[in-house]
Amino acid sequence: MAAMAAMAARGCGGVWRRARQRGAGRPAPGPEPGPFPRGQRAVACNAKGGAVPAGKSGLAPWIPVVGLEIHAQISSNSKLFSGSQVQFAAPPNSLVSFFDASLPGTLPVLNRRCVEAAVMTGLALNCSINKKSLFDRKHYFYADLPAGYQITQQRVPIAVNGSLSYSLCIDNKMSQMVTKTVRIKQIQLEQDSGKSLHDDTRSQTLVDLNRAGVGLMEVVMEPDMCCGEEAAAAVRELQLILQTLGSSQAVMAEGQLRVDANVSVHHPGEPYGVRTEVKNINSIRFLAKAVDYEIQRQIEELENGGTILNETRAFDSKLGCTVPMRDKEGKQDYRFMPEPNLPPLILYDAKSLPANMNHQQVINIDWIHERLPDLPSVKREKLVEQYGILPEHSFTLLNEDGLAEFFESVVKQTQMKPKKVIGWILNDLLSYLKQHSLTVKESPVSSSLLADLLNLLEKKEISSTAAKRVMAIKTGNRKVLNKLIGLVQRKTQGRSNPVLVKQLLEKKLSE
Amino acid sequence: AALKDRLRSQVSAALKEGRVTPTELCQRCLALIKSTKFLNAYITVAEETALKQAEESEERYKRGQPLGILDGIPIAVKDNFNTAGIETTCASNMLKGYISPYNATVVQKLLDQGAVLLGKTNLDEFAMGSGSTDGVFGPVRNPWSYSKQYKEKSVPKSHSEDEESNWVITGGSSGGSAAAVSSFTCFAALGSDTGGSTRNPAAHCGVVGLKPTYGLISRHGLIPLVNSMDVPGILTRCVDDAAVLLGSLAGHDPKDSTTIQDDFKPFELPNLTDVSKLSIGIPKEYHVPGLSSEILAIWSKAAELFKNAGAKVVEVSLPHTRYSIVCYHVLCTAEVASNMARFDGLEYGHRSDMKDSTESMYAATRREGFNDVVRGRILSGNYFLLKQNYENYFVKAQKVRRLIANDFVKVFRSGVDILLTPTTLSDAAPYMEFIQEDNRTRSAQDDILTQAANMAGLPAINVPTALSERGLPVGLQFIGRSFQEKQLLTVAKWFEKQVQFPVIQLEEVKRHDSGVFQHQKSASFS
Repeated sequence: MAAMAAMAARGCGGVWRRARQRGAGRPAPGPEPGPFPRGQRAVACNAKGGAVPAGKSGLAPWIPVVGLEIHAQISSNSKLFSGSQVQFAAPPNSLVSFFDASLPGTLPVLNRRCVEAAVMTGLALNCSINKKSLFDRKHYFYADLPAGYQITQQRVPIAVNGSLSYSLCIDNKMSQMVTKTVRIKQIQLEQDSGKSLHDDTRSQTLVDLNRAGVGLMEVVMEPDMCCGEEAAAAVRELQLILQTLGSSQAVMAEGQLRVDANVSVHHPGEPYGVRTEVKNINSIRFLAKAVDYEIQRQIEELENGGTILNETRAFDSKLGCTVPMRDKEGKQDYRFMPEPNLPPLILYDAKSLPANMNHQQVINIDWIHERLPDLPSVKREKLVEQYGILPEHSFTLLNEDGLAEFFESVVKQTQMKPKKVIGWILNDLLSYLKQHSLTVKESPVSSSLLADLLNLLEKKEISSTAAKRVMAIKTGNRKVLNKLIGLVQRKTQGRSNPVLVKQLLEKKLSE
Repeated sequence: AALKDRLRSQVSAALKEGRVTPTELCQRCLALIKSTKFLNAYITVAEETALKQAEESEERYKRGQPLGILDGIPIAVKDNFNTAGIETTCASNMLKGYISPYNATVVQKLLDQGAVLLGKTNLDEFAMGSGSTDGVFGPVRNPWSYSKQYKEKSVPKSHSEDEESNWVITGGSSGGSAAAVSSFTCFAALGSDTGGSTRNPAAHCGVVGLKPTYGLISRHGLIPLVNSMDVPGILTRCVDDAAVLLGSLAGHDPKDSTTIQDDFKPFELPNLTDVSKLSIGIPKEYHVPGLSSEILAIWSKAAELFKNAGAKVVEVSLPHTRYSIVCYHVLCTAEVASNMARFDGLEYGHRSDMKDSTESMYAATRREGFNDVVRGRILSGNYFLLKQNYENYFVKAQKVRRLIANDFVKVFRSGVDILLTPTTLSDAAPYMEFIQEDNRTRSAQDDILTQAANMAGLPAINVPTALSERGLPVGLQFIGRSFQEKQLLTVAKWFEKQVQFPVIQLEEVKRHDSGVFQHQKSASFS
């Protein structure tokens, strides 16, 4: 990892200039979500610090500042304070306990699993875990918030002062990667709200409380980022960490990971500008776009003599721009108050653990620490060390669930050098899979089949062209079969029966 | 067996020996509830389910397998505890007609032990008040207003005016429960106590009112007033019976995270013969302006009683008590503002017809659903919780609360076992007089002697002590150490035995009860 560390030192200049023309930032049609979400806008972030094409000359450069608040749904069987099940897309209001519906007289009972998930996440993000944390009520009236308040951790959250390292590539080149760090301000446990569905034609609102009370970890990242690409890379790394820990499934499409981005711009040497909050971004690609759009919008607004309002905005993914949210709450005072029905949350470590305490009743931070799985960064390092592959390849391997395991399994079963194996997997197998919209776990080419193929190749029994064709057919491309028949015909100098060859090949391929 | 019998020593024995059946007992209580309907003690009488429960109890007795001392015992529950299948209203338009799908833990525990739930008792709306006069179902009348004792001593202005204008309040907010126990319509009742809501009406109605240590009894299913101070209260006719109820209700509840982790061991109270090892503290700050000379005299006499019996009686100081009420006002209204936020008309309860927008529907629902008292507390609570006020009000009040609690810790650490104080400033006020002042002023005055125990979470009990010159009950309060209910109740029982508080003499009871009406001597005490 020495090379990457050296690159990290270069850092991001984060200086932007006004784009060439208004509206230059209209986004291009989005690419497939690649290993590294890329800003497609004309002024996409430049991780190596190079200047964006200058606008009207003589204008002072702008420094964008991006901070994130990320809500990760905790992966648990039941909700944060009630016994109701947690399940995506269940029939409306089928997973609602008396507490979730805020029936009078009901009380919260903290779910141990949710606390453990937050501790795991805190440890993985290098946080200090607070041995005593507190719960608070945050008040506002909304149809999908039945109690009129959300239980959260405003004063003393469960974890504070962490950091997250993430990498991104420069100029979209996989070979030039930098590693950056964003500080984690805190992680707090809180309840999710229900969902409101507005039926405008019949002017009614339908409320589904299935999600009400599901445990969330709110991860607050300090404003250490400067562009959409950085924000996206940081969130992607967080997503991988959560999935590795199992503390959240973090599937953005299912709303298990939701991002709010705080964006502002200022001139060097001046205080931070007024910030806007782009709320509820539900894909990493949109995050990069939303942040970059918002930066550009603010720069244009300010350069045209306008001002930035401290407002919440939403990202319109169809138009590729942010729009002010119809402010449902106006200027809010949340009237925070300690939650009186929950005693302080006390955690222990090996030192403070009381001797005669029932293990079911206490959470031991050290015990959780010892059992943390390898985090993505460690896994990558191990892959690079063990197999001599390039660091950027290790990123790709971890980017899809099961890919690294697939790679390791192939390597174990073949004489081919891992450095060569990686090429076959990343270049050939993945592109075939992509053509057929398959994940690695759904791959028709098993790791042992690929290993066999690569062994034949190693022993020079087949050519690489033939190997590629086999792979193509195996992944579902029947047209290539004819090419294979042709190959056999050529080899046998036309003496084989094409029908029989076809039958034999088909039989072989279906094995 | 008679309706005014004691639960532990008399009724349960009668049931066991078959001298009375649970159904007979239940029917007699139901009949008495009907003939004392004018007291307005009950909001809902669950006649059908009560008779069914009594029948089931009877079966158990027949099989010789009663569930325990409470089996077949008719009880009443304040209408701010959830009862599955029986309306739970909090005496508010907001919850009129609301039927909860679940039982409060305390209700479930009583039912599990065979108790017969007669109905739900009246209160101030959402337990906000000290008179049981501010509920949507009207005021509760103190049974003593109709007692021989009161009638003999009060001078009617004119004959027709007598009953309509002279009746006195029960105190509150658990006035319905206190009246129900006092008028013999049930053997015990549940109240709730946040600032004195069990002890205050107990004092005015001449019954025992126990506020246990915070965390000893589950609050799950009690519709909250102030979560950090609420405790289910126990109203009975004697201290022994309070111990029975306590034993059946106390202990950890997985549904209430603020309950103690340990199991609670029910106890029987010993008959104390020697009080010489006791140290009774008399807090001088409870000698407040407004304390009637009559009550002061009764309090002093009680102290003398302990001294004469050999106990150590010492004056102690709880210097921060005087800030208790104003501090309570901030903490209470803040929690009220928060707790009441859920009543928005969406999931349950009253919903206004207003359809202009969701916000206007909320506003109209809450305006129609809550009375002025509740709305006033919500408004002030929200004010105290505003960002710019939070430090100056809420945080300060919390600090003062800590000081108040520490006062008690210091006094108990100095060797004092039990504190003895008055429960109320005077005997019960006539309704017409009581409603001259607004709810806020009255609450501030009436909670003054009871409220600090809630701030500190300590157990406290009202023991009926004597009759006032007007023939109305006066009670004294004992405050004990945290979780030392046994010691507290033991001392209370000794005191109860010394003072021989007279039995209320009610015509209605005489007519309904087959038992011999004992004319106990009016206390030698007052």
